[in-house]
Amino acid sequence: MTQALQTILARHQFNPTRLLQILREAQEALTWIAPEYIDTLAAGLGLPRARVEGVAGFYRFLHTDAPCRYRLLFSDNITDRMLGNQDLLTTLCEMLWVERGHISEDGLASVDTTSCTGMCDQGPALLVNGWAIPRLSRERLARIAELILAQAPVETWPRELFAVADNLRRADILLGNPLQPGDALRVALPLGRATLLEEIKHSNLRGRGGAGFATGLKWAACRDAAGDHANARRYVVCNADEGEPGTFKDRVLLSTQADLVFEGMTVCAYAINGSQGFLYLRGEYRYLLAPLNGVLARRREAGLLGRDILGHAGFDFDIEIHLGAGAYVCGEESALIESLEGKRGIPRNRPPYPVSHGYLQCPTTLNNVETFCAAALVAAKGADWYRGIGTVKSAGTKVLSVSGDCARPGIYEYPFGVTVRQVLADCGAENTLAVQISGPSGVCIAADEFDRRIAFEDLATAGAFMVFDRSRDMFEVARNFAHFFAHESCGFCTPCRVGTAMLRSTMDKIAAGHGTLYDLAEIEKLDRVLNQSAHCGLGHTACNPTLDTMKRFRPTYERRLKSLDFEPAFDLDGALAAARRMTGRDDTGAHLSTEIEA
Amino acid sequence: MSETFQLDGEDVPFAPAQTVLQAALAAGRYIPHLCYHPEFKPHGSCRVCTVQANGRTQAACTLPAAAGLEVESASEEMNALRRTLVQMLFAEGNHFCPSCEKSGNCVLQALGSDLGVLTAGFRHFYPDRPVDASHPDILLDFNRCILCELCVRASCEVDGKCVFALSGRGLDKHLIVNAASGKLVDTDIALFDKAMEVCPVGVILKKRVGFAVPIGQRRYDQRPISAQALDDAPRVSAASGECAACEGSGAVSALALTEPASSFGEETP
Repeated sequence: MTQALQTILARHQFNPTRLLQILREAQEALTWIAPEYIDTLAAGLGLPRARVEGVAGFYRFLHTDAPCRYRLLFSDNITDRMLGNQDLLTTLCEMLWVERGHISEDGLASVDTTSCTGMCDQGPALLVNGWAIPRLSRERLARIAELILAQAPVETWPRELFAVADNLRRADILLGNPLQPGDALRVALPLGRATLLEEIKHSNLRGRGGAGFATGLKWAACRDAAGDHANARRYVVCNADEGEPGTFKDRVLLSTQADLVFEGMTVCAYAINGSQGFLYLRGEYRYLLAPLNGVLARRREAGLLGRDILGHAGFDFDIEIHLGAGAYVCGEESALIESLEGKRGIPRNRPPYPVSHGYLQCPTTLNNVETFCAAALVAAKGADWYRGIGTVKSAGTKVLSVSGDCARPGIYEYPFGVTVRQVLADCGAENTLAVQISGPSGVCIAADEFDRRIAFEDLATAGAFMVFDRSRDMFEVARNFAHFFAHESCGFCTPCRVGTAMLRSTMDKIAAGHGTLYDLAEIEKLDRVLNQSAHCGLGHTACNPTLDTMKRFRPTYERRLKSLDFEPAFDLDGALAAARRMTGRDDTGAHLSTEIEA
Repeated sequence: MSETFQLDGEDVPFAPAQTVLQAALAAGRYIPHLCYHPEFKPHGSCRVCTVQANGRTQAACTLPAAAGLEVESASEEMNALRRTLVQMLFAEGNHFCPSCEKSGNCVLQALGSDLGVLTAGFRHFYPDRPVDASHPDILLDFNRCILCELCVRASCEVDGKCVFALSGRGLDKHLIVNAASGKLVDTDIALFDKAMEVCPVGVILKKRVGFAVPIGQRRYDQRPISAQALDDAPRVSAASGECAACEGSGAVSALALTEPASSFGEETP
């Protein structure tokens, strides 16, 4: 055991900024993070023990509770629910004789849920020891249960269980690009740094992670930032922590366009004079790590990474992949940087911003996977060409992750300006009630808004496009999202830590038939508090799905409400549930009437 | 100190690298706050010091002071927000003021009183948080923890021990101690550590000295916190500003001004 840990520590040069990677590898080797491993790692890294324990306790995919050979986590996005993940979860629990959320007594298996794993186009999905299995069915679960009961190591399971489809439905300039590795760099390097940066600015490229900040401005600010030390290194970080429920475009970009992603990062490194790159890959995409490392190795061999790239003396740059471990908040840029530094993924106080004080307080350019792809396209084919595509304010194309009630879920790339109606027609959606654009932190729109356009000036999006037809209950959609935010709040600031939990319990109260008009007013109050005082965007947007659906689909809330103005959250009959279980009774005499006569 | 910003319509001078809260307190202007402590780098987690600055709501403790900034703090809107935040903290933990040794010296209680928190406002969470009475001289009552991290910062930055840290996340976030057993007795905490005196609520308590000063004669029984907070600020910082265990590593620098004042967690009025 200690030998395994020492090997991992040595591989990371006993460097505390590698703590998350070390913990992740330790768990893969030893199935969990035992208290004594924490002692060993803390000693090896020269860190307080509590710091190591605190980091291990932050990430959902790091387990400090007990050893367990097979940890199965069902993706619990609303799209998984619509495809029946709840029943499948119960079925698997029965097959394995385990209770949901508890490790079986022999330490063999545990079954629980996790936030959206980015397989919405081929759900329901789960992770087994971190490896993704999509398209779950009773038959596939039976095979999985059989393998687990036979104690077959996950490495030996049939590969087709783990096969992930790309579901590429519509390609445009990005997904259909004819570029070969190095093509963009061969154009960009001769331009020189200044001209290249002007091209990026002139292209009107804006960040694809959702916020839409001008990419050229960000790069220029990073290039010009002094940093805290003389000759500070500059870093290029690719945000592949695609955690927004309903988003899976980066998964497909990384599996089909990995060269373009790395090429974009290298173009950026040249423009800002960066020397080291990181790709922060969400833990759910663990299965992409080896293929991506393979692409990096090929690029090094081809002289596209490493020293004197493409013979350009003095242009040294390389890229390393860091894996996340189950924390949506790490998609926030400063939290991602904290996580890269081996810490708990808490968003930093800003200013200063990452462009001047990012990774290790050095100037850092952090962009989305799709942004780097687009930057490579701009470098290869020119700003004028690029800004001619899309709308005046939104240049280029947008890759959408379409899921939910439609015949052809998958990846659709459109020039900016496409209407929601067009996308719905292309994906084969019928009787559509609503579309959730850009995930829970985005916006929910109803049928009268389907002529709105995907563009920064109208419906800005990070890519999620979840379709709900008329058979769906939008209250349940919002409730699922409320649970998501409470599950993913980092807990740093009071309003988000407490407020998201309050929103969750209020939605559960309404779902249980105990809600009143007072509760709807409370939700609006929570929204104001979170908007005004939360530390980061997670808290600011946490109430959006609830408010959006309350506004557009109010009857689905109202039909659940009691006619009273106030109803206590305490459920007198519910409180007797434990006593009923203990006595084995469930007759009418064992129940209190919860109906209050007016 | 030539440059100024506006706080509720009045000029407040500031020094370079000061935040709005630091400058306001130095100028004798009170902005309600909870996780901020004049000896430590601002942290920005409780959000009680939220103000409206040029129309945007921001935490005053981490907002850099800047010339021409128009800050609104004493409005009913901001105080209503602060009331709600204090109510949230009361709902999150298990706070039974009448039986708490910290009553009358508690910053959370004093803030609630000053802000006019008269009801719970929210359903209580009633979390299950066992106490740690393992140490012969010190009691940890996690029921009252508001996760301000002052003990984390004090233990790391001043005591150099890192006895405390945070683990978990979201509502499961909780204070842990630096021992494999998870027990305070197995750490190297000492009675005279800085970490022993910074807790704004009643988590870290010395054993066998409880209720030495009767309730009714304690610090905030005498004068409201808004009148006393100014006594605390600003003063010499012993903190390094580099905490190996705490969160929110904003790059706002810790201030080291003179004018020492009375201690934050003092027992007697």
